[in-house]
Amino acid sequence: MMDAAKDAASNPDLRAAAVVKDFAGHRAVDALSFDVARGSFFSILGPSGCGKTTLLRMIAGFIAPDSGDIEIGGRSMRDVPPNRRPVNMVFQQLALFPMMSVGDNVAFGLARRGLPGAERRRRAEAMLERVGLAGAAGKRVDQLSGGQRQRVAIARSLVLEPTLLLLDEPLGALDLKLREHMKIELKQLQAAFGTTFVYITHDQSEALVLSDRVAVMNHGRFEQVGSPQDLYYRPGTPFVAGFVGANNRIAGRAKRLDGELVEVVTEAGWRIHAARSGAVAAGAAVEAFVRPEVAVLARSREALPANQPCHEGRVESLLFDGANSAVLLAEAQTQHEFRIALPQTGQFADLKVGETVAFTFLPERATCFPARDAAPVAKD
Amino acid sequence: MQDSTRWQARLVLMLLLAPALLWLLGLIILPHVDLAVISLRERAGPQEYTRSLAQYRTFFEEPLYWHVFLRTAVMSVVATALTLLVAFPVAWVIAKVARGRASALLFLVCLIPFWVSETVRTLGWMILLRESGVLPALLVRLGVTPEPVELLYHDATLLVGLVYTSMLFMIVPLVSALESLDDALIEAAYDLGASGFSILRTIVIPHAAPGITAGCIVVFMLTLGNYLTPVLLGGKNSQWFTETIYTQFITRFNWEQGAAFGFLLLILSTAIVWTGLKLAGQRFGEVMQRS
Repeated sequence: MMDAAKDAASNPDLRAAAVVKDFAGHRAVDALSFDVARGSFFSILGPSGCGKTTLLRMIAGFIAPDSGDIEIGGRSMRDVPPNRRPVNMVFQQLALFPMMSVGDNVAFGLARRGLPGAERRRRAEAMLERVGLAGAAGKRVDQLSGGQRQRVAIARSLVLEPTLLLLDEPLGALDLKLREHMKIELKQLQAAFGTTFVYITHDQSEALVLSDRVAVMNHGRFEQVGSPQDLYYRPGTPFVAGFVGANNRIAGRAKRLDGELVEVVTEAGWRIHAARSGAVAAGAAVEAFVRPEVAVLARSREALPANQPCHEGRVESLLFDGANSAVLLAEAQTQHEFRIALPQTGQFADLKVGETVAFTFLPERATCFPARDAAPVAKD
Repeated sequence: MQDSTRWQARLVLMLLLAPALLWLLGLIILPHVDLAVISLRERAGPQEYTRSLAQYRTFFEEPLYWHVFLRTAVMSVVATALTLLVAFPVAWVIAKVARGRASALLFLVCLIPFWVSETVRTLGWMILLRESGVLPALLVRLGVTPEPVELLYHDATLLVGLVYTSMLFMIVPLVSALESLDDALIEAAYDLGASGFSILRTIVIPHAAPGITAGCIVVFMLTLGNYLTPVLLGGKNSQWFTETIYTQFITRFNWEQGAAFGFLLLILSTAIVWTGLKLAGQRFGEVMQRS
């Protein structure tokens, strides 16, 4: 297993080397370098306008990088047009051809390769069967449901056995229920075909659920590349901490350093402790992040562990969302907003707005970064 | 109560439709019925007519009419095809390459010639092409021809004039057909390995087919029914069928013959449009809806 992973890492399916793209003075993609291992599911997660679509279109070949190189399957893609790259793309709006039947859509790429008609039909039907659409070849595209179209779009690309499949937010147009379902289906399809997937999205849940590795992108750069667990539990930058998953952000100054721990004091005077990440100097501006599920809630101070710093707050609102229910507090002295996940025990089912509660969190599980303006956030 | 409101709604509908119906009846159906009646009679003496098919017989027995008729049909088809070939790249640039203001400006450039009357536009061609005109003089100066040549009164000249006159009517439906083509479809085809030509053949033309058909029908009808351009640019040797009709009505004062020719032209254009639709696999209703 380790050997296979090593082999995949030394022969990446996709390698970008210092790729740069400018649009009218605005740097869309800023000297990006990264590898995507063979057979892996790689996601690029970022807010809209972060350059992820530009990056994907450069990999597909629709736009050329200003400098740097993109290698696919070990071969440089410089001056290779999109129709000659071993890459296929699933478009955001799917872009199925409405003038053709489902079967012809899937066979389109095979026809362009000059395969004879009978062979094309056989392969297209076999591929449709693999994605669970056996017998749909004769249908019109508009006779299919949203999820089925999704599968046709993927089948149309995978039938060409590309080295790399690019997916441009393909679940964006679907409603929530179907999106949840398609997430699982995509993951299973990728596992079944073993094709390398490069998936771009602004939805952190899609990226976390689907991927082997995720790159968080902002302003044309990767803030952090890592496994979903890495990004969630060990965010490398304040941006990643704030973008991936829910987080309480507490901005202030580093009052005192104590080994790995920092004492942070907000402008209004709230004092918390958090683990240091990066070069935090005493007196410097910092940003601390505490996950809602890290904090422990109690009716009174006495019910909390005695050896931890303790805080008090007033219940501002109750956010019921089944297993993801949370409570929004205002810290007693400073009114700083703080979100805590409600435990599933039903212990706090009778919590009321306006009640005063106590809470605490382990300083080691809170992260403190130098404030974004104070230090560069560059990371590979 | 309900009955009366429904009756009222109907009355309103009828009133709204009345101008269109009156126009259709008064200017299209009635004159054609009258023409049909006229075309089916023969002058027996002063103020005296008998029913007969003699006018139609003359057409088939007289080779001159025949030839003019066929020539008009063939030239119109060729002019339509040429217009499509010239207009398609123009429409493509307007719809897909140019963006925003550039696209509007290009459209305006196509429109500007139509601010000038057709007569003046055609006379413009004559100024350019006649023996003592601009282009022959330029050819002499450049040493291409030793003497000024007459560029008017050739079939090629006539075709140029016809294409020029009809361009806009092809560009408009093509632009709207191409604009509705999602760029992602073109990119998807390119991504799946298609070359430029196969994208045109498998994606662009099937998508734009209703627009292409609509443009071709309009241009064909306009060309077939054109009078001015063939008369001015085509000269004496290349008669257009509309000229024959004009001659019968105005010069020869033979309304019966003219009416019969008019009907034959109507049948011809209908037949060719129908054949074209069959060949393109399009339905008339769909074409008119899409364009």
